[in-house]
Amino acid sequence: MVSIEKSAAKATKTLIITGNQAAALGAKLARVQVIAAYPITPQTPVTEALSEYVEKGELAAEYVTVESEHSALSVCAAASTVGARVFTATSGNGLAYMHEILHWAAGSRLPLVLGCVNRAVGAPWNVLNDQQDSISQRDTGWVQIYARNNQEVLDSIIQAYRIAESMYVPVMVCYDGYLLSHTVAPVEVPSQEDVDRFLPPYEPRVKLDPANPVNLNQVTLGDPRMDASGRLCHGYMEIRYLLQEALADCLKRIVEVDREFGDLFGRSHGGLAWGHRLDDAEVVLMAMGSLASEATMAADTLRERGIRAGVLGLRAYRPFPKEALQGLLRRARLVVVFDKNISYGYEGATCSDLRAALYNSDTEPVIHNYIAGIGGRDVKARELAGAVEKSLSMVALGEAEKGTEWLNCQI
Amino acid sequence: MGTRDCHHASAVASPSIGEAGRTGDWRTSRPVIEHEKCIAEKKGGKVCFLCWLYCPESVIPQTIPIAINLEYCKGCGICAAECPTGAIIMVEERDG
Repeated sequence: MVSIEKSAAKATKTLIITGNQAAALGAKLARVQVIAAYPITPQTPVTEALSEYVEKGELAAEYVTVESEHSALSVCAAASTVGARVFTATSGNGLAYMHEILHWAAGSRLPLVLGCVNRAVGAPWNVLNDQQDSISQRDTGWVQIYARNNQEVLDSIIQAYRIAESMYVPVMVCYDGYLLSHTVAPVEVPSQEDVDRFLPPYEPRVKLDPANPVNLNQVTLGDPRMDASGRLCHGYMEIRYLLQEALADCLKRIVEVDREFGDLFGRSHGGLAWGHRLDDAEVVLMAMGSLASEATMAADTLRERGIRAGVLGLRAYRPFPKEALQGLLRRARLVVVFDKNISYGYEGATCSDLRAALYNSDTEPVIHNYIAGIGGRDVKARELAGAVEKSLSMVALGEAEKGTEWLNCQI
Repeated sequence: MGTRDCHHASAVASPSIGEAGRTGDWRTSRPVIEHEKCIAEKKGGKVCFLCWLYCPESVIPQTIPIAINLEYCKGCGICAAECPTGAIIMVEERDG
């Protein structure tokens, strides 16, 4: 743990940059040592910016060019195994292609950080935004943080290393393709000196080192067994239990790291979830990423119409902040969940998780689910407000049950 | 006592004999040496030893006479296949 003097941050500079530039800058400020990434729209500018930093000598890192995303993440896993701080980024189908190594990295407890520039997954081909790509990797054992603006992209990547390297878990920082990745906005860039104080060099717990040979991820079957020195060692199940335990512990760690970041840099991002006019809200719009930003405008509109509306922006999707949500939603009568994803055959993924989190708790609002913005379909604040008003009118008529609705689906 | 006391967070092992358990019991057939055919034994020096070279489990040391560590020999039969004089034959375990 690093102690940080409060409000000791050096002067920062403000740049007008895209989300992709913010992500690359975050990785640079984190002094990553190995980068392996394969270009894919809309992530490509991240790879371009990072390779330029390396080429110009501004970042002392090895940039490994690879032939696929599977190889990109494999290189990152290998480099992390010998103790390097690594970074990669991808989108959509590229993340899908990393799937096997996502599991491998988590099971190996490697503190990788991955920027996921959220993109729809084919078929059909589509390079625009939704969150199906990262949601589809939900159960790989990675922490998933969703950023709502470009500032949060940069800050979350720096925070991600601190979370990952203290908990030995990989962290995915997700941000919406185009809506954030290609849209410029003011971003306060912290000084290298301050980031260095926040993020000391990575000291691996176990690493591959010829001076101390170890065999990592050897075949580990169903039951625990004695090692050669007679010590009882984990079976596969125990190792996977520890991964679950670590992810659960990240609920606390994500909050701590965000708070410590705030102490040094003067801004934080809500830890597990953030609220907009949430304290007295009876109607809550819940979403992740830029869609949650959009929802703040809808909530303001609804307030003007006399509806006590607020927004809950879900920042950490895995681990899922069950208790935090129970607390934040305790006054809500209606929660309208907007998902830029769907678990095909059921409903939006965050909606299912919210329903499960509130089941049998003291917080029992009506929950409605809308699927929105799939494959780049534009989502307007007035459409979100309209959906809330529709749900409210149903509740007023005593019709609490409502099936999942696709917002602005013109079928 | 559970496995937490091993203090690992992932699967980590030290390279050492028996780290993967007594793998000899994986075997369905075992190598049997016909010593009179072994080149190294006949020459009495460090010659041939193709069995030592090819054994993927390193259970055949460069000794005379040749001896195979059956605690860890998985019975793959590579030594029998590589032996130029047929001095190693594989015998099914159930046949004694």
